[in-house]
Amino acid sequence: MSEQTADPVAALRQPAHRVSRRAIVWWTVRALIGWLVVLAPATVAVLVVPQRPPGAVAALVVLVLLAATHTAVMPRWRYHVHRWEATDDAVYTQAGWLNQEWRVAPMSRIQTVDTERGPLQQLFGLATVTVTTASAAGALRIEGLEVRLAGELVEQLTATTQATPGDAT
Amino acid sequence: MSQEADAGGWLRLDPRMLAVAPAQEIVRFIPLLIAAVIAGGRGGGQWWWLFGALGAVVGLGVLRWLTTRYRVTAERMELRSGLLFRQHRSVPRDRIRTVDVTAKPLHRMFGLGVLRIGTGQHERGRNGELTLDAVSSAEAERLRAVLLDRSTVAPSTLDGPAGGGVELARLSWAWLRFAPLTVLGVASVGALFGGVWQLLNEAGFDVTDIGAVRGAVDWLTGRPVGVVIVAAAAVLLVTGVLGALVRYVEAWWGYRLTREPDGTLRVNRGLLTRRSVSLEERRLRGVEVDEPLLLRAGRGARLNALATGSGSGDRSALMPPAPRAAAHQVAAAVLRTPAEQAPTTRPLRRHPLAALRRRLVRAVTPAAIAVLAFWAAGARHALPYWPAVAAAAVLLPASVLLAVDRYRNLGHAVAGEHLVVGSGSLVRRTVALRRSGIIGWRVSRSVFQRAAGLATATAVTAAGAGAYEVRDCDLTAAIALTRS
Repeated sequence: MSEQTADPVAALRQPAHRVSRRAIVWWTVRALIGWLVVLAPATVAVLVVPQRPPGAVAALVVLVLLAATHTAVMPRWRYHVHRWEATDDAVYTQAGWLNQEWRVAPMSRIQTVDTERGPLQQLFGLATVTVTTASAAGALRIEGLEVRLAGELVEQLTATTQATPGDAT
Repeated sequence: MSQEADAGGWLRLDPRMLAVAPAQEIVRFIPLLIAAVIAGGRGGGQWWWLFGALGAVVGLGVLRWLTTRYRVTAERMELRSGLLFRQHRSVPRDRIRTVDVTAKPLHRMFGLGVLRIGTGQHERGRNGELTLDAVSSAEAERLRAVLLDRSTVAPSTLDGPAGGGVELARLSWAWLRFAPLTVLGVASVGALFGGVWQLLNEAGFDVTDIGAVRGAVDWLTGRPVGVVIVAAAAVLLVTGVLGALVRYVEAWWGYRLTREPDGTLRVNRGLLTRRSVSLEERRLRGVEVDEPLLLRAGRGARLNALATGSGSGDRSALMPPAPRAAAHQVAAAVLRTPAEQAPTTRPLRRHPLAALRRRLVRAVTPAAIAVLAFWAAGARHALPYWPAVAAAAVLLPASVLLAVDRYRNLGHAVAGEHLVVGSGSLVRRTVALRRSGIIGWRVSRSVFQRAAGLATATAVTAAGAGAYEVRDCDLTAAIALTRS
């Protein structure tokens, strides 16, 4: 409880690696699809319903502007925040945009390592690596890694954790 | 152990269950029986199906006894059950974390106990628990000893003195004064009252026919509203206090916390239903001292264990509601620290004033919105103005007090082998977590936290709630924690 550094943000060990640049495109498409689900029915409703309440058009415009801003800003912001690193001792991740989270899990506490690829990620050649520990409080996720890199990471983590004794609790 | 194992080492449940299981079902049928007797006065046809159902229930009980078998091998505990849906569950013995014995009154009459074997695996709704309903007390004790420890232990029974254990705490009747300070007591009386009311109604019984009830209702109908409210509150209070006392005595009669020679902590308690909860000490990751507002006002507290595989709730309780000092003392004994250095009593490092600001904003904003809503209703003549004034006079100061108290209770400290975290107001929590039990850290920062230079550091653990948050400390402290 003694360390006082000049720049506290830098002292929070910045994980070394960025995720794939293609993740920006993936996050953009994902956001667009999400907004489409909301906006398409709303637009249809505004166009079709004969007696629309006052302010409906204005609300729709606000929603569209919000969607455009989110889709434009979020992926790039995320790309600057999302980072990961696997050392001999621990796995580090950093994620988020408005709300950011930094996580560490020591190698000796890791229980399982999985990869997962949704249809969109497959389209862009990306994968998500999930590292679980014995806690019920959620796993570490590294989103938007290139598939080949994700495979190598899983192999490396599996080898390291197998070499570490103990039941990880 | 009146039974012999077959060739594969498989054992049956205690044959006395052939009597207990149907008896249990019949007890469960009593409300239905009463209803049938009352309703059946007119048409006599309902009797045969009732007996049919009873017969089926008894038959199912016998079938369950016949099909359930278990065995303990060198590596695994196995349980087979079911006729149509056969189940074969098998748990590695080194995964077994808790062994609990519960004996309800009917079980106790026959010298039986229900054994629950917890593994701490929570996969897709399954609680990873093996239940043997039921075995004899001696067999339960044997299994407990075999499953939790690999060496042999002097046998002891559920009701008798534990063999060779070191006593850490026992019930003091002076603690009964904390019973009325538990909200659960009042709630349980409400539930009981509602249940009885519904039962009587279903039986076609009009409660207002009772002379005393009718008299009370008649007396009250002529009174002003204020008197009725006071009378109702008084009745609720008295029954609530009585209910809380009964509940406390039932749950904690004969309470003893012991450290057994086989390396387990063991809680024995209960008047009608005896419970024996065993917890392997090497699974213990820390303790939690809880002080709900009422209990805190009476200088009382509750003590819970944080252990891998036991989750939270009833089974992690190490002590009944008791004096705060006693709770801290037992906490120190459980954690094997000197009594005067209980980690839970360590002075905590205060968090920055920005944390107070966040608490004020969060508490006062909803109160202010409520006041404004009342005021707007007053301005539109939907309501008179006095609710708005009353809301402002009560809610605003209360929310400020809440925020200040939440801030005062907020803090953290690294005390030797333990991380100590304080939080809460309505329920003040002090968690002492063994640092070697922390299996990872998270540091999260929302937009507002970044603006205020704050961060929330979360210690991830396999025990209890799984994650313990050090909220709104300064970033440097959060980073220091992740490195400690």
